[in-house]
Amino acid sequence: MSINLNDLLRKYKSHPYEDHEILAPHTGVVKFKVEEGQAVKGPSGQWLHRPGTLLYILEREKNPKRITSRFDGIVTDLRVDLDGKFVEAGQPLMLIRHRLNKQEITNRILKEVLHIFPAPERARYFFTPETSTKIEKGKAKSLSVKTGDEIVIMSLMKRDTILNYEGPSGVLYEVYFKNGDILEQGAPLFGVCLPERLPFVEKVIQRIKTEWDD
Amino acid sequence: MEQKSILDSGKYLVTLQDRVSYLADIKGGFEWGNLRELFERVQELRTNLFEYSERELLQQIHSLEGRIEFAERQVAKRLRPIEIVNIVRSVQRFTLLDILENCYDSFTELGGDGEFNIDPAVIAARATITRRVKNRLYYHQVMVIGHEKGMGEEFRNGGCAKPWGNEKALRYMKVAETEGIPIHFYIFTPGAYPIEDYPGAAQQIARNLFEMAKLRVPMISFISEGGSGGAEAIGLADMRLMASRGYYSVISPEGAAAIEGRIKEGGKVPRKLVEHCAEQLKMTAKDNLELGTIDRIVEEPPLGAKRSDFKFFKRLRYEMVRATDEVVLKTKSFRAFRAYALRRQSQDKEKVFNDEFDIHIKWTLSESEKDRLLEIRSKKYRAMGRGYKVLKRPFSKRLTRFWESTRHKYYDIRYGLLRKQSKNLQKILEEVSSEGSVIFKTVTESMRAAYDFVFPAPQKPAQTSQQDPLRRSIFMQDWEQYISPLANEDRTVTCPNAEKYGCKDLWVPDLYGEYSGVCPTCGHHFPLEYQWYLENLFDKGSVREFNTQIVSDNPLGFKGFDEKLKKAIERTRRGSAIITFDAEVLGIKLVVAMLYSDFRSGTVGSAEGEKFIRACDRARTTRRPFLAYIHTTGGIRIHEGTLGVIQMPRCTLAVREYIDSGGLYIVVYDNNSYAGPVASFLGCSPYQVGIRSSRIGFAGPRVIRETTGTDVPPDYHKARNALKRGHIQGIWDRREFRKNLFEALMTMGGPNLYYK
Repeated sequence: MSINLNDLLRKYKSHPYEDHEILAPHTGVVKFKVEEGQAVKGPSGQWLHRPGTLLYILEREKNPKRITSRFDGIVTDLRVDLDGKFVEAGQPLMLIRHRLNKQEITNRILKEVLHIFPAPERARYFFTPETSTKIEKGKAKSLSVKTGDEIVIMSLMKRDTILNYEGPSGVLYEVYFKNGDILEQGAPLFGVCLPERLPFVEKVIQRIKTEWDD
Repeated sequence: MEQKSILDSGKYLVTLQDRVSYLADIKGGFEWGNLRELFERVQELRTNLFEYSERELLQQIHSLEGRIEFAERQVAKRLRPIEIVNIVRSVQRFTLLDILENCYDSFTELGGDGEFNIDPAVIAARATITRRVKNRLYYHQVMVIGHEKGMGEEFRNGGCAKPWGNEKALRYMKVAETEGIPIHFYIFTPGAYPIEDYPGAAQQIARNLFEMAKLRVPMISFISEGGSGGAEAIGLADMRLMASRGYYSVISPEGAAAIEGRIKEGGKVPRKLVEHCAEQLKMTAKDNLELGTIDRIVEEPPLGAKRSDFKFFKRLRYEMVRATDEVVLKTKSFRAFRAYALRRQSQDKEKVFNDEFDIHIKWTLSESEKDRLLEIRSKKYRAMGRGYKVLKRPFSKRLTRFWESTRHKYYDIRYGLLRKQSKNLQKILEEVSSEGSVIFKTVTESMRAAYDFVFPAPQKPAQTSQQDPLRRSIFMQDWEQYISPLANEDRTVTCPNAEKYGCKDLWVPDLYGEYSGVCPTCGHHFPLEYQWYLENLFDKGSVREFNTQIVSDNPLGFKGFDEKLKKAIERTRRGSAIITFDAEVLGIKLVVAMLYSDFRSGTVGSAEGEKFIRACDRARTTRRPFLAYIHTTGGIRIHEGTLGVIQMPRCTLAVREYIDSGGLYIVVYDNNSYAGPVASFLGCSPYQVGIRSSRIGFAGPRVIRETTGTDVPPDYHKARNALKRGHIQGIWDRREFRKNLFEALMTMGGPNLYYK
């Protein structure tokens, strides 16, 4: 697996956006409620229970359906020509362009370059005492791991199982949980960076931190 | 405090300042009269105390005191209801701890010490109260339970009891019952803390009411601030006293104003509207005495009692002892003594007040006296809160009474006396037959034949339904006969869960016809009109409505409510938000009370309460199961004030008596069920079930946000969460309602049901 970090960075620099294409979920007459270039908001509130900005109303069989935005961003490529017209299911209606911030880009790059070790089951997770001590002292990035190492303890119904690391040898670069957290199955536990990639990764992250405008 | 010299002046000025602040509290600010000037003058004197000569200072103080006294007299001359509310809310008003310190000789707080308490808003204490009889002291042990508003202590939560606080209150009520000592309740609450966490605000209040209905000790309650359901949690007492400057109301004036003015969340409620609502709600002690929701008023000083009003505490102690005496004496079987003692007590009232009693009365009751106590309590509450209208009577009052009594006797004989004898005889026959003796067989067979002739075996409902093809009504085949008018539209609707479960758009005639208003993909229940249930839940033609002559009224003369009521009556062609009827489910006869949304959002007032009680009594008399189907209830009707609130204990009492008689009380919640009814006669049922997609709770999300300052998840009140919290016992699908109900009727309930 070879990843050119410079290319990766360039890619994000040239297009620091995430585009969400908004397609008509079914047939019906569309009436837009936004304008080109308008900023829209996604769902908000503690439980994401407040719907986002109203994008358009799609009416079929006297059932006007209010379609709201699921993302934050700017409305682009709005198909004004379709306003008030009948559209087929899957018809692209607009794009919502979301500008990525520093944290989002960093996370995306890390997920691409690191080897992610996921949680095998829904359980409570702890680092083994040795790993935990090192992480607490802030020496996580000097912690080398290789296949077979005992890194994490999975605790389920008071039964503790030690999980052995499987994957390429490298440095424990990013930890995605705190000792004692309950994680869902498949949630990332930690990411391992290959030693030869480490200097590049750190450099790229540094550059994002300093050069990127939020 | 009498000021004597310059040395006391500092302290005295503080008292004067407090008096001015108190007046400002009452009038809602310093803008009234010359309050601001008075306040500033006192402050100025306090700051420059030593710049005046003693004589000058005393003169100044004297003149100030005169002006303050004048202002106090002016305020006291005409106290408006909103000002009484302000008195109750003032930080200078007495609290329960003051009462415990001053009215009782000694007390030991139970289950808490200040902040270290499961709920510091509720205090329970074992206390000793003294009675003076001809210079001799007698001591009585009592349990004191009440709300503590706190003297500026935030952890007391202003006297808003959390569910576990009310649970604590109940625990100590039971201790008092075990020990046989009276309970003195002190109500100082603006309302219960509206959270659903176990044991749940509504459910716990309902449990408290259910237990208090038959608690075998004398209970006296004293109301200073009676905020609706929170007050009722410790309010079902044998004697209800109220402070002359207290309030007892169905809702805070602000809450009522927000509803009346349709104020949006976060919006400012106009002060005038709040004042108007305070007047309309009839919440003062005088109003409540007239309405009959309290028994007596304990007089306070004209502007309300404060913490240092020792004369008031003396009076309160006397009133509490006297009230307990009265409750105890009424249970005495020796009537002559009772009459004598009560007469002596009432003579005291005429005299100039002194706290001495003529006789000593012991507060312990024998078992028969306890029975009588419960009987009196039941009668008392049944006679309360009758703010409804009775339309023309089909028969004269005497004839109706005769019919009721005959009916009662008939059911008593048919299902009581005969059934009892029949069961006993059957038991003997079975025992004898089981010996298997050939010799006895011939004898017992002939005896059985004779027995069967005298007591023919009742037709079991289940068997009836199987034998009679007309009665074999399987729900899924029967519903086709009634189609909801909602189905008469040619359009589609979207299921609210479409995004989550990918539900397809539903064609309305399909949805409200074939699908019974249920999304076939996710099972979401769309609301249906109550008529759908009347037609589909019960056997065809079995619904027989009764008590239609009882209709809702505007007993408080709430301005503007007459028109609203008239509109509701015209729209629904019914007289109240409850329909009570006899019905059958697969041959089983039952009594049903149905609260429905179309009439004032299913709110409960006097008419609804009375009809509910009568339905409950009918079920008890006829030994039939009792179903409360709640299509929707928005709580207690605020326009009926405390006459509405009093329906909570009234109906709970009737329910308790029905359940104790060995019946089966099932509550089924549909759509939205909130507040008072859930916190009393519905929430106390041992079998509560939610129809899918229904919402059950104490207060709605808005009230929770405004009271607690925290938001709740959108599914907070959903039936599933209510089930998770243990509030309900199951969730039924609308399409299986009839089947589940039949099963419940057959398998649950006490021994006294007619078909058991």
